[in-house]
Amino acid sequence: MTRVGVVTFPGTLDDRDAARAVRLAGAEPVALWHGEADLKGVDGVVLPGGFSYGDYLRAGAISRFAPVMGEIVEAAGKGLPVLGICNGFQVLTEAHLLPGSMIKNDHLHFVCREQVLSVENADTAWTRDYSAGQHITVPLKNQDGQYVADEATLDELEGEGRVVFRYVGWNPNGSRRDIAGISNAAGNVVGLMPHPEHAVEAGFGPDGVNGPRTGTDGLGFFTSVLQSLVG
Amino acid sequence: MGRVVVDVMPKPEILDPQGKAVAGALPRLGFGQFASVRQGKRFELEVDGPVTEELLAAARAAGEQVLSNPVIEDVVAVYEDTQA
Repeated sequence: MTRVGVVTFPGTLDDRDAARAVRLAGAEPVALWHGEADLKGVDGVVLPGGFSYGDYLRAGAISRFAPVMGEIVEAAGKGLPVLGICNGFQVLTEAHLLPGSMIKNDHLHFVCREQVLSVENADTAWTRDYSAGQHITVPLKNQDGQYVADEATLDELEGEGRVVFRYVGWNPNGSRRDIAGISNAAGNVVGLMPHPEHAVEAGFGPDGVNGPRTGTDGLGFFTSVLQSLVG
Repeated sequence: MGRVVVDVMPKPEILDPQGKAVAGALPRLGFGQFASVRQGKRFELEVDGPVTEELLAAARAAGEQVLSNPVIEDVVAVYEDTQA
């Protein structure tokens, strides 16, 4: 069975939800500890959301130096699928696996809502079960969610198709060019601010076409990576 | 006992939401003299002995590699705090 690691840092909140999403997609979740430089032979890694180290210094800045991150950076360079969600996305930018950074939401408020996203690139390791241009609805909750990068970097991301998700309807944090998520050049490393792992099971997700809380639009991330690994 | 100060500020071209909020609050409290505010960070690094050139260089390196993120911030000053 495909094994997907879920990293826990001090202050991680969504590791259990991420592990549950991995299981619901048909893979075996493997708990990885920030302090151990050991990936336990997993086939992919999820860096979940939360407030690792209380967002002290900068969001993700201290977690980036955790022993497990050295292993992840090396394995990502060799093609290991890595998904960073929210705080995990912030860790990936601090670790230089993804360009740019996140600063405080432009309106300064914590935001928590069901957010519509457009899947801009359906060819990454984490999005191939979607179709390009598809709209999905997943929860969004963050304080430091405003994606920023210089214009040259933004142009490069756009030109190479590395803007993977864009906010639709409303830009909830002032992110440049409505960017909600990006990938590395190879497409195996993806980071985004919204939370697909909270929209994987009817009864617990956002409102969907079949009624309140039936939305499972986030499950595709986790089935995508299975397909990437098997296929 | 010596002390090195590292000052980090958001890059000028990056919107500073915290500074903007502070700038909005100041006039309400009677401080209408200030056109804008930017908020940064001050780090105080203490050492056991005197502050040497090597220590200042190390503080500069720490400032660039850890204490700031070059995408959004600049290290604007690294200096010995002679009042320490």
